[in-house]
Amino acid sequence: MEIGTKEKSNAIIISVQGRLDAATSPQFDKAFSELISKGSRTFLLNMGDLEYISSAGLRSILAAAKQLKEKQGTIFFVGLRGPVEEVFKISGFYSIFQIFDTEEDALAHM
Amino acid sequence: MMSRILAPAQLENLEELVEFVSHCAREKGFEQKRVSEIEIAAEEAFVNIINYAYRHMGSAGDIEVQCGFEDSERFIIEITDSGIPFNVLNVAEPDISSDVSHRKIGGLGIFFMKKLMDEVCYKYIEGKNVLTLVVNKA
Repeated sequence: MEIGTKEKSNAIIISVQGRLDAATSPQFDKAFSELISKGSRTFLLNMGDLEYISSAGLRSILAAAKQLKEKQGTIFFVGLRGPVEEVFKISGFYSIFQIFDTEEDALAHM
Repeated sequence: MMSRILAPAQLENLEELVEFVSHCAREKGFEQKRVSEIEIAAEEAFVNIINYAYRHMGSAGDIEVQCGFEDSERFIIEITDSGIPFNVLNVAEPDISSDVSHRKIGGLGIFFMKKLMDEVCYKYIEGKNVLTLVVNKA
């Protein structure tokens, strides 16, 4: 898994590539916690290059969203496709999170 | 013919175990979407064993996996461990409708396994947990 971050319109855009599973999710948790502790509050998670996510990955995402909510932050999701989109639907994550097709769509809603 | 792999139940072996199952499914002609679903279900089973099965024992035991077509219609993934008896079918379904603040962390793994597979069977035989994931031929 590779995690890239960039800043755009006061939001931190995180791109996750590869597989977010039980083996790689600690790396995601660490990256996310560091960004929150640096003061970032608005996040956009681009999952366009994420090929695979398991419940361990969803666990990390929920934990991140909970941390952010406590600090009045928000997280948006874009680029869900294939098995990642399917897992978001089955788990109910599709209805509890704000999901957009593209980064531009999400940024326009911030 | 069934393919077989045996590995210590440790997180560092997760990738190899999942890859074994997905290679087997791909070889048997499943399309990528179904292969991904099989990978997710298998990972959930492996992670449960890695995290819980041998916790009471101090040292980790093994995970044994066999996969292949049982007959012409059913592809099976049989996962065996000799850890603490644990029937995944007895685990309650998670609440998937609560909002971010109230949503419980965890509990989705077994739910995914049941949702994504055509059948999940559990048996405890001769001191071993035997979990069978069944995928019907497309």
